[in-house]
Amino acid sequence: MNIIACVKQVPDTEAQIKVKADGSGIEEGQIKWVMNPYDEYGVEEALRLKEKNGGDVTIVSLGPARAMETIRTALAMGADKAVHICDPAFDNADAFVVGNALAAVIKTLPHDIILCGQRAIDDDAGQVGAMLAEALNLPQLTLVTKLDFAGSSVKVIRPIEGAQLLIETSLPCVVTAQKGLNEPRYASLPGIMKAKKKPVDVKNAAALGIATEAKAKVAKTIPPPARAAGKIICGEDPVQKAAELGRLLREEAKAI
Amino acid sequence: MAKGVMIVAEQRDGALRKISLELAATARKLADQSGDEVSAILLGSGIEGLAAQLGKYGVDKVFVGDSPAMEPYITEAHAAIVAKVVKDNDPAILLMGASVQGKDLSSRVAAKLATGLATDCTDVKIADGKLLAIRPMYAGKCFGEIVTNSNPAMASLRPNVFPAVENAKAGAVVKVDAAVDAASIKSKVLEVQKDTSGKVDLTEANVIVSGGRGMKGPEGFSILEELAGVLKGTVGASRAAVDAGWKLQKDQVGQTGKVVSPNLYIACGISGAIQHLAGMSSSKCIVAINKDAEAPIFTRADYGVVDDLFKVVPELTAVCKKMLA
Ligand SMILES: Cc1cc2nc3c(=O)[nH]c(=O)nc-3n(C[C@H](O)[C@H](O)[C@H](O)COP(=O)(O)OP(=O)(O)OC[C@H]3O[C@@H](n4cnc5c(N)ncnc54)[C@H](O)[C@@H]3O)c2cc1C
Repeated sequence: MNIIACVKQVPDTEAQIKVKADGSGIEEGQIKWVMNPYDEYGVEEALRLKEKNGGDVTIVSLGPARAMETIRTALAMGADKAVHICDPAFDNADAFVVGNALAAVIKTLPHDIILCGQRAIDDDAGQVGAMLAEALNLPQLTLVTKLDFAGSSVKVIRPIEGAQLLIETSLPCVVTAQKGLNEPRYASLPGIMKAKKKPVDVKNAAALGIATEAKAKVAKTIPPPARAAGKIICGEDPVQKAAELGRLLREEAKAI
Repeated sequence: MAKGVMIVAEQRDGALRKISLELAATARKLADQSGDEVSAILLGSGIEGLAAQLGKYGVDKVFVGDSPAMEPYITEAHAAIVAKVVKDNDPAILLMGASVQGKDLSSRVAAKLATGLATDCTDVKIADGKLLAIRPMYAGKCFGEIVTNSNPAMASLRPNVFPAVENAKAGAVVKVDAAVDAASIKSKVLEVQKDTSGKVDLTEANVIVSGGRGMKGPEGFSILEELAGVLKGTVGASRAAVDAGWKLQKDQVGQTGKVVSPNLYIACGISGAIQHLAGMSSSKCIVAINKDAEAPIFTRADYGVVDDLFKVVPELTAVCKKMLA
């Protein structure tokens, strides 16, 4: 089975995000970078598919030079090889550009299934899986919590509001992963050693021959709206405090 | 020239979803600034009757694709029809819901139309004659103002954020061909497993009562169920409670769970980790009940009670029951 897993390097979920004074983006100086948590579910699922059905796992990532660290992490988890799309031309790429760039690489690789995280926790856009699927003219299964491989097709569980869908799709296809799909493994020490020797093919924009102009542009980055300071309900008696809370919610907040 | 605001309405089991009305009212507001028309795409089987309801919320014209091929929702089939109707009618702005279906569909349609899409927006306006879409990024730690130079400018709207105000317009039905080439559809819905609890999904709930590690175990959640019952709300959970097996994944609020925007969010025994805040900061009124006065949840709460939740919550339930009686 030829399995592709797409990964992105993002700020750690604990990272403080500071907006640049001119609104042109965020300050990157203090940030610790990690693999997007949703991509971890994708890589884990890719490895499990390989372990069960044979084949190999190729990591594809678009990002600046530092993203190599995340690629190595995926290789250390057990992936076999990687392609790193790295070019300053992609610095302001949106999902449309990224999806097309990933597709341009994946087109040149044998692929039965492509796994992505359902969204990256930096821009939180959640579009790349679908953009990639369209560029490759493949079906997409987004926000998946269970995946069963059945020879020439996959069956997945896809939760929607108030229900779960069981969907079957023929291969090749694009699947986007969310929490619940699996429990990602940690890279082992021998895994980390081996990862250093695994092949990573670095490609620039010219090699892919695609447009790098974003369709959707972040014109300005702004801090979140300030929230008015809350009220702490004082007192010793929990019964009185509950009564006061109820009163405030009804009379002041009009929330009940 | 591209003109007007178009929405893609969402329906399930023959009923419009609330997000569809939020989309209609928001589109109306945008279109009125330039005197433009609001149109909607409505796909499904036996759903033509729903067009009138869209009209009530401000839609002038409804493109109805009524065909068995449109039920149940399949990305490939719906995206093909939506893209075709959009191309034929050339709207300047295209809005969809950031529901599970809307997120799936909007990205695929944006790819087909080779245009820009701003996901999960919490505000949209017109600036310099163009759509300016405002959306949380980095889990709400900052916001982005998104502009798109290609047509249509697309945005998906976070459910429960935009008011659904009535503003009656014609809602005139225009039938569109929703036939799809079966061979081009590779996916099939084999089964729909409905949640039979009768509870509103977290993303659509007006009131959410959430519990965390402070609930001590699955039994602890029964007091939250009681409070939610009185307030007609839904019970949510922190990741700690889900990972401990006390609640299901579908109940998780936060960065790796659901993003919710209820009118009232009551966090009980939840410390307010940054990943939890990511999922509930856009709630309109936030209440925290926690025995630790230093818990970060209090920095986001509109109302806080520092005390043992097992004493406060049952009392609050009793108070609310009396008030609502
Ligand atoms: C990549 C990543 C993604 C994550 N995604 C999510 C996510 O989507 N959602 C999420 O919630 N978390 C998420 N987390 C986990 C998050 O960091 C926290 O660990 C988690 O939110 C803590 O849950 P909690 O508040 O229930 O537990 P704790 O932090 O342990 O807090 C329990 C609270 O209960 C209070 N308490 C205890 N007993 C009582 C009592 N009797 N009365 C009143 N108060 C009491 C305590 O004072 C404490 O504040 C994520 C973490 C990572 C690394």
